[in-house]
Amino acid sequence: MTNLAALAPPRRDPAFHERLSWALLALVLLIPSLYATDFKPWVFFTPENLRVTARFIGDFFPPKLEVEFLTMVAREAWRTVAIATAGIALALVFAAPLALASTAILSVSSLPGRMHAIPFAARQAVRLLLIFLRSIPELVWALVFVRVVGLGATAGVLAIALTYSGMLGKVYGDILESGNLHSTTSLLRNGASRLQAFFYGLLPENAGELTSYTIYRWECAIRSSAVLGFVGAGGLGQQMELSMKMFNGSEVSTMLIAFVLLVWLADHVSLQLRKMIA
Amino acid sequence: MQNSSNNGALRIELRGLAARHPASAASAAPALKPLGLAITPGEQVAVIGPSGAGKTTLLHAIACALKPAQGGLLLNDDDPWSLPVARLQKLRGRIFMAPQNPPLPPRQRAITAVLAARLPAQSLWRSLRSLVYPTGIGEAHAALQQFDLADKLWDRVDRLSGGERRRVGLARALVAPASLWLIDEPLSALDPTRAKLAIDTLTGAARERGVTLIVTLHQVNVAARFPRIIGLRDGELVFDLPSMELTDDRLARLYAQYEHELTGPRTYAAEPNSDNVALPGRIVPT
Repeated sequence: MTNLAALAPPRRDPAFHERLSWALLALVLLIPSLYATDFKPWVFFTPENLRVTARFIGDFFPPKLEVEFLTMVAREAWRTVAIATAGIALALVFAAPLALASTAILSVSSLPGRMHAIPFAARQAVRLLLIFLRSIPELVWALVFVRVVGLGATAGVLAIALTYSGMLGKVYGDILESGNLHSTTSLLRNGASRLQAFFYGLLPENAGELTSYTIYRWECAIRSSAVLGFVGAGGLGQQMELSMKMFNGSEVSTMLIAFVLLVWLADHVSLQLRKMIA
Repeated sequence: MQNSSNNGALRIELRGLAARHPASAASAAPALKPLGLAITPGEQVAVIGPSGAGKTTLLHAIACALKPAQGGLLLNDDDPWSLPVARLQKLRGRIFMAPQNPPLPPRQRAITAVLAARLPAQSLWRSLRSLVYPTGIGEAHAALQQFDLADKLWDRVDRLSGGERRRVGLARALVAPASLWLIDEPLSALDPTRAKLAIDTLTGAARERGVTLIVTLHQVNVAARFPRIIGLRDGELVFDLPSMELTDDRLARLYAQYEHELTGPRTYAAEPNSDNVALPGRIVPT
């Protein structure tokens, strides 16, 4: 009898109550954030709002396909790519020296072990500058520069350059520090200067990863430069915002399609390039 | 340094020098216990001893890569560690140190990797120019040829075999503006023929140029070809002898409990006819 009892399948899952209470707790924790965001999805389904939405979406069809308009979209799409590329190139110019200054690897004074206090403080200061640069979103920089240099692509280029120099500078520094340091320290120990050790050791050691990350960021910059257009920083976004203001749904839909194509293309090019490097 | 020209070899003196790895705890025993040693310019010295004896640490200490924990290092009667950083770095340019694991970036071409050894003698501008278009093709080619690698001049380092990389690392010595070569295990990863070529090239070139050569070795029979042999064990100097005075007895004591290392690596033939085994009693100084 006892044997049979031991073989009988257990009737209850001993962990059930515990799992249920964790799941409920997670749901309860969501409630404050719903209040904070004034999240009321049912508003969407009131007849009046439904009508407005339906009209707006309905306007999307058919997309505007006039040659003249398509040429304009193509030109603006190209401008979006150009803003991203110029912005990344400018960011590189700032990021490379900042990354170099922030990394401790090229410190000759730390060769035998510990780094001196003054170089250490200087490196911390550069790190703070990098945090400052990347903690301010490019959208904010764009708003600032639109006021300074006026509507157009220049504001977009500058905004991307600033935020991305912070991002690139930090990640470049991380890549340089996480890579294999053997060749670099060996050059320093044999009497090379720190910049020589960078160009003959550290850079070739990490060139693949640095390029790959830069290309990935270029892809992100294309997406972000389209958004920057909405605050007047040029490119596809700026045109899209104009058409939206005019409630011209068919123009908006064409540009949305162009935008999707652009992002897809950038994804693809970036992936292929990074595969080539790896 | 006043009493020697810039390309003159360095006179090395260790006075009760002890050294520890930078990462080790201050309470741990130093990898190199207080040690006295003098090496005159142009000498060729082999450092032998079982694993963990402190051979590499000794090279690092002489290369000014490791600050002495105790005692001092004198190069031409000057303490390098009392120099300002810039002058110390300049002094390091007169010392070439080849670590056991060749320090070559995988994407670099062999020619650039070899020419990197010239950096201490080059301005930043000239070294950058050489990255755009190599300025020392002949020099790099000659250095690689000495190690039977001339055909790999334009190959990327990551396309080379382990032994080829090792030889590229050694070929650097020939273009370095140094008068002291410190080579850690030059024969590791090399087959017997290449090992013989490597050691002949290094000793021959060092003799020709009046360069001081210090190598650490696992192969006792190769060490026996050096005029002077230093035996290290547990961070202590066991002997410092002309190789003629190296006896089986001394070797056996140096390698006691590490006998497998003494007979282990069969990577080099001291004599074409020898059977390649570095047993005590088979040491044939050539």
